[in-house]
Amino acid sequence: MAWFKKTETENRISGELKLDIWTRCPSCESHIYKEEWHNNLNVCPKCNYHDRISCIQRLNLLVDKNTYVELNPDITPIDILHFKDGKGNYKDKIKETIRKTNLNESVITGYGQMNGKKVAIAIMDFRFLGGSLGSGTGQKIFMAANYAVEHHLPYIVISASGGARMQEGMLSLMQMAKTCAGIAQLKKKNLPYISILTDPTSGGVSASYAMIGDVNMAEPGALIAFAGRRVIEQTIKQKLPDNFQTAEYLREHGFIDMIINRKDMKKRICEILEFYQR
Amino acid sequence: MDLEFEKPIKEIENKITELKELSIKSKVNFTSEITELEKRCQKQIEEIYSNLTSWQILQIARHPKRPVLQDYIPLIFNNFIELHGDRVYGDDRALIGGFATLDHQKLMLIGHNKGKTVEENVERNFGMAKPEGYRKALRLMKIAEKFNIPIVTFIDTQGAYPGLEAEKRGQAEAIASNLTEMAQIEVPIITLVTGEGGSGGAIGIGVGDVILMLSFSIYSVISPEGCASILWRDAKFAPDAAEALQITAPALLKLKVINEIVKEPIGSAHRNYGETALNIKKCLIKYLQILKSQPVKKLLRRRFELYAQMGNIKSKQGL
Repeated sequence: MAWFKKTETENRISGELKLDIWTRCPSCESHIYKEEWHNNLNVCPKCNYHDRISCIQRLNLLVDKNTYVELNPDITPIDILHFKDGKGNYKDKIKETIRKTNLNESVITGYGQMNGKKVAIAIMDFRFLGGSLGSGTGQKIFMAANYAVEHHLPYIVISASGGARMQEGMLSLMQMAKTCAGIAQLKKKNLPYISILTDPTSGGVSASYAMIGDVNMAEPGALIAFAGRRVIEQTIKQKLPDNFQTAEYLREHGFIDMIINRKDMKKRICEILEFYQR
Repeated sequence: MDLEFEKPIKEIENKITELKELSIKSKVNFTSEITELEKRCQKQIEEIYSNLTSWQILQIARHPKRPVLQDYIPLIFNNFIELHGDRVYGDDRALIGGFATLDHQKLMLIGHNKGKTVEENVERNFGMAKPEGYRKALRLMKIAEKFNIPIVTFIDTQGAYPGLEAEKRGQAEAIASNLTEMAQIEVPIITLVTGEGGSGGAIGIGVGDVILMLSFSIYSVISPEGCASILWRDAKFAPDAAEALQITAPALLKLKVINEIVKEPIGSAHRNYGETALNIKKCLIKYLQILKSQPVKKLLRRRFELYAQMGNIKSKQGL
């Protein structure tokens, strides 16, 4: 079978070469030019699969050029519990994540314009510790909400998160209450709050600020959940429907207003904000 | 169920029982020996209970004989008028509530309804509430606001129920709405963790002006088992995770997550329901007095500030 192995090796090598210019859609497995993939905002041109994007890509997509001012950019996670797990220290993990992602927390927050209209905005990034909600994350989302209240701005939050950050223990859980207290102020002042749920939005983030938008928007196919699929399967010992916990499933059950393609997101947010007449 | 670390206590207790039986049978007086053993037993309990690991405290918090809401109600409150249903879907037995009187203070009592027997736990879903439970809780809180009576919540749950139906009916939305509404409810809210404070399911009725914990209760962002299986890749490391997560009342008092620890009797609540209930009652009365005198505006501002200071990281303070 030597000839077969050789062919396989050759294929692999040529595959690697190909990978430099080609990418493969994780959903439909079509081969797409990398350039086309990026130009299409990490969305598969064949099957409309919405791959994850960074908060910077998202920012460029939604906020008008040269209008964005970042708030609290220096906030980083703090290892209050001196948390250690089987693989190492949380402290080291933070350092490594900051170096790898070039971000300081799992969210960037600030204000800027969308088609000329000023908004406060928070954008989460799944690459930073799974987009988990830590004290720094909560603090930034909370402060941006306060900024929106002070300056009478609509608040847009784009979520991408596995949930509360375990390594910060109860202080992470309390960020759910803290962020919701911030959003509650917006509601009290009749300021619009639009929540955009992207893949994935689950656990403590879906059970706090992500789910309480005046308008909840999601990207196609995004995983949106409270409990994890595996936990549920173990609890109820039955198979779950295929579309369970997708954006489409949540819209069907009344928790998402609309599912919007990434390329249309900015336009749709602006359209909705035009209905705000206060 | 006997707890592993309570074995030395159990041994002395067994000896006492033996001696008592023997003294009846043989008509010999062992009173002084029994008194001696009882003293030793008490000492042993004190010693063991003052040196517990987080994992052992979790076992106490989950102890099948630990008092549950239905035990506390008659011991703390003069009466309880239960209100049922969320007006949308159904009545969740895992999370109950209604009007209650504490001394002369009228209030709204809401709490997780764990059972003790298998039948009770099947009916009450082990105190794991579904969206309709959280929505009922919110409905009751709105009534409390309208009637201008304070709210007291008792937390004791592994977590919000992770099931297909719960997801379908919006477990996340139900909890999120409670967090948002509780931040603005215009009556005092006191919340007490009596047993297990399990993550979102706990905080879903846990946004208060005052957060209290019983000495041997726990409050955690995730169950130590769940945390261990993710971060250690093996649930066997749950005791390590329990330590790392800092889930005990003293740890959380230090972190300023809670306001006060309500003392349990020596050897924990399951050894003395009455004393535990009395301590809870005294503490509730104290805080109801304090909160009652506050004007609504100040109350809400203080509540906002309480949550604002949780994990209040300032710029340039990180690593």
